[in-house]
Amino acid sequence: MARALINVPPKAKVGDIIEIKTLVSHPMETGYRVGLGGEILPRNIIQTFTCAYNGEEIYRAEFSPAVAANPYLAFHTLAMETGTLEFRWTGDNDFLLVETASITVE
Amino acid sequence: MRALALALLLVAPLAQAGEIPAAERRSDTVTMSAELRAMQADDMANPASFWALDGQTLWDAKAGTSGKSCADCHGDAQASMKGVAARYPAFDGATGRVLDLEARINQCRTDRQGAPPLAMESRELLDLTTYVGLQSRGAPISSSDPRLAPAIETGRQLFSARQGQLNLSCAICHDDNWGRKLGGATVPQAHPTGYPIYRLEWQSVGSLQRRLRNCMVGMRAEPYPFGSDAYIALEAFLMFRAKGLPMETPAVRP
Ligand code: HEC
Ligand code: HEC
Repeated sequence: MARALINVPPKAKVGDIIEIKTLVSHPMETGYRVGLGGEILPRNIIQTFTCAYNGEEIYRAEFSPAVAANPYLAFHTLAMETGTLEFRWTGDNDFLLVETASITVE
Repeated sequence: MRALALALLLVAPLAQAGEIPAAERRSDTVTMSAELRAMQADDMANPASFWALDGQTLWDAKAGTSGKSCADCHGDAQASMKGVAARYPAFDGATGRVLDLEARINQCRTDRQGAPPLAMESRELLDLTTYVGLQSRGAPISSSDPRLAPAIETGRQLFSARQGQLNLSCAICHDDNWGRKLGGATVPQAHPTGYPIYRLEWQSVGSLQRRLRNCMVGMRAEPYPFGSDAYIALEAFLMFRAKGLPMETPAVRP
């Protein structure tokens, strides 16, 4: 089952630098490995990750086959206003996972 | 490279010999890099959390001809499974056999749920074992059942006996040479505190039996079949040897 774990501070002050941490379950199959029957295991990776803060993209990452399974990402942003962070992972085989988290900024 | 390192390790004078003194026993979590220790300590960074979460879903899912879930009989795992993994393998009075946690869970599946057994190392069995094991985090390993004595003794013999094309025993590495280097790896004391583990080399969660299988392949010995009494005896001995150390399931290992 595709799942993600997201860690966003629930509260912050305007102008605070906050750390956002994400972990997503995904095999990140490289496309270079050989299966038990000698066949090439087809590539199955996440290609992009984006994070939008109240609709505005604040972070984007592009993944390659060299990225380990269950990718973990941590990044920083400025707490500006109360609202929603939207996290979106897309990849091979129409992989799409969207999660949200809310933050209160005072 | 690995063979060379092994040769160096074996000609070097032995730093210690014999069983590890109680005061020096420790989980090899402490010998990992700061990054890996942080990954293990934070459930939001430890990928094994996905196995535990899926295990929780399975715990509540009805299965088999009984139409019952684990929760229907055991209730909240946080209460009913607390400390259970810290005393496995355990003696099963009904069959007179010693069962590890995986075998115990499968016994409930077949005998009580009326469902087919889950294959060793299958995702579902790892999910359930991780979830049940998680409920013992921090609990000291405590195997005190005297009926385990024969299995522990068999395990001790398997641990000390030389085997495989390299003519090594588990004890030569894990009792006599722990803390020293084998290639890039630090030879651990081999305590089963964190199983099932998330191993970076596997990119996945795996059982203690899978870890033991890896060491046997490294010794050029023929691995036992998954689920065999020999593995269960080794597991029982390793738990006995690690008595008192806190459980860390699910640990992270390189
Ligand atoms: C129909 C009721 C029933 C269901 C369903 C059931 N169990 Fe059990 N389980 C029992 C009973 C009864 C025992 C105690 C058996 C004994 O002591 O001999 C037990 C024992 C156990 C133990 C060992 C506990 C200990 O203290 O040593 C574990 C672990 C366990 N079950 C896990 C599970 C899991 C995981 C599931 C779901 C896959 C499950 N059980 C489903 C009835 C059930
Ligand atoms: C040649 C030395 C060597 C021999 C012999 C050996 N191992 Fe290991 N073992 C290792 C190394 C090295 C590791 C750690 C691997 C790594 O991190 O890459 C390890 C890991 C382990 C672990 C995991 C410990 C942890 O902290 O998670 C256990 C348990 C274990 N071995 C048990 C055994 C058993 C049982 C045997 C005998 C069947 C055995 N080993 C034989 C070198 C050895």
